[in-house]
Amino acid sequence: MSTACDDGGGAAIVVDGLSKRFGDRVAVDGVSFTVAYGEVFGFLGPNGAGKTTTVRMLGTLIAATAGSAVIAGVRLGAETGVEVRRRISIMPETPGLYQRLTVRENLEFFAGLYGVRDSQPRIARALEAVGLQERAGDPCQSLSKGLRQRAALARALINDPRILFLDEPTSGLDPVAAREVHVLIDRLRDRGVTIFLTTHRLEEAERLCDRVAILNTTLRTIGRPDELKRKLFQTELLVRTVAPLADPERLLGHLPGVRRWQVQDATAYLLDATDPVGVAPIVSRAIIESGADLVSIGEARHSLEDVYLELVDEDVEAGRP
Amino acid sequence: MNLDLSRVRAVVRKELREYRRNRLIILTMALVPLIFLIAPLITVLTVTATAPSSTVKSAVGAALLFLLVIPASVPSVIAAYSVVGERDQGTLEPLLTTPIRRTELQLGKGLATIVPSVAITYSLIAIFYITIHIAATQAVISAAWQVPLVLAELLFAPLLAGWSVFIGLAISARANDVRVAQQLGTLVSLPILALPTLITFQVIHPAVLTAFAFGAGLLLIDTAAWQFAARMFNPERLILGTPTKRATTRAPSAR
Repeated sequence: MSTACDDGGGAAIVVDGLSKRFGDRVAVDGVSFTVAYGEVFGFLGPNGAGKTTTVRMLGTLIAATAGSAVIAGVRLGAETGVEVRRRISIMPETPGLYQRLTVRENLEFFAGLYGVRDSQPRIARALEAVGLQERAGDPCQSLSKGLRQRAALARALINDPRILFLDEPTSGLDPVAAREVHVLIDRLRDRGVTIFLTTHRLEEAERLCDRVAILNTTLRTIGRPDELKRKLFQTELLVRTVAPLADPERLLGHLPGVRRWQVQDATAYLLDATDPVGVAPIVSRAIIESGADLVSIGEARHSLEDVYLELVDEDVEAGRP
Repeated sequence: MNLDLSRVRAVVRKELREYRRNRLIILTMALVPLIFLIAPLITVLTVTATAPSSTVKSAVGAALLFLLVIPASVPSVIAAYSVVGERDQGTLEPLLTTPIRRTELQLGKGLATIVPSVAITYSLIAIFYITIHIAATQAVISAAWQVPLVLAELLFAPLLAGWSVFIGLAISARANDVRVAQQLGTLVSLPILALPTLITFQVIHPAVLTAFAFGAGLLLIDTAAWQFAARMFNPERLILGTPTKRATTRAPSAR
């Protein structure tokens, strides 16, 4: 049998050195990662970073130039496209619904393509999952953008996929509609669906994803959002005072355990500390002894956006694409 | 050839549903054939009883050829839209993410265009023969009611539609613009009418064997057009919208 079955070590997705070139342009370069079953995996990166190209390679829509991947237990290859596509579902950035057909007719068509027998119960479940039962008979052209996105999500669920690829699912949606999509993704996670989410909305990734990978042609980093934040910013302490310190360099520059410091705003200072927990009492004592009033001291909180910007800025400085 | 007929059926059903909701397609499929029925009817019904046999022969030949323009031209417009149109409305990528194979998609889209076109053509051929039987001169009836000619009409209609559709699909898979695809599709679909012209105008003496021989020729051409359409269908190119260099180390995954 030509279908190269491979359990992928029990992982939903195993990607090894995947690359894609378009002529002279490298879109994706040597990307490797693994996604576990049931995981919500975020794939972040700026526009043109290669996110959609990666999804298209994993969805067998375009061929990789180099590297390999195992998707839901099937090794990507020239002969395995149908088998891979049977096990997964991809919701592209634009809903891509047949505008003149009703929501139900769109779902019936896709149920037919996936060979779903007795499709009506499956369609009813998909509609229920996205809360579109009442609009099932409406032509898609009459739906709002948010409802179309929900219809597209229902379509992506029609084959009960083991892995669901969502490419920028909230792109162009207003905050309310985006929130509805987030709730749907949460529900899918609860149902144990493996979700591969590409987005450049960092708050979305931080809220929804168990792990994230940041891509900028090459894979820049991968891990849990809080791990990544710790990895990049773990040694920072944020000190807030009532008024600006008179001579911060003399006070903070020579404290043991403080490698560097910088002003964050008029009354806030960011300290690069070797051991934030050990250094915090020393810093607070020094500030109080100097006669300044301390408001707070603690580990600096960084968002995933900080991690992202740090890495992307590094790329810009290094002249990488 | 791996073929899942349920997927072909799904494509046919979807295409037919879309046609029903698209007034432009309904108009194209209804009005254009009517023109190609009315024009030949006028030609043969105005032939007088005293007209020389050469006039009768050419009027009947023109009329029968007109009827064959329907399967050659009407489906080409629709077929030429079918792939590039999907891409334009953003439905192609979701479609290609399903397990559908290229042949299934091609067959589904082809059948959805060929079957209605042939049904319309057969209906109009029937109307044509009934009308001349009622209203035309005996000379016209005799000239038109020849088994080889009727057989040629019935045999050539699906074969011409097949050529028109497959070549339309090939163009649609490569075109970047719907209008260009439709114009090219119409243009390319017509030259094949040269073959039936030889019989309808009786340049070659119409005989059952000749009709079958020409039918076989058209079938071969259709087969070549089917393979050409299959070769033109490159999912990567369709999705990316630009020609891709064949520098990749691996073939695109199976379709």
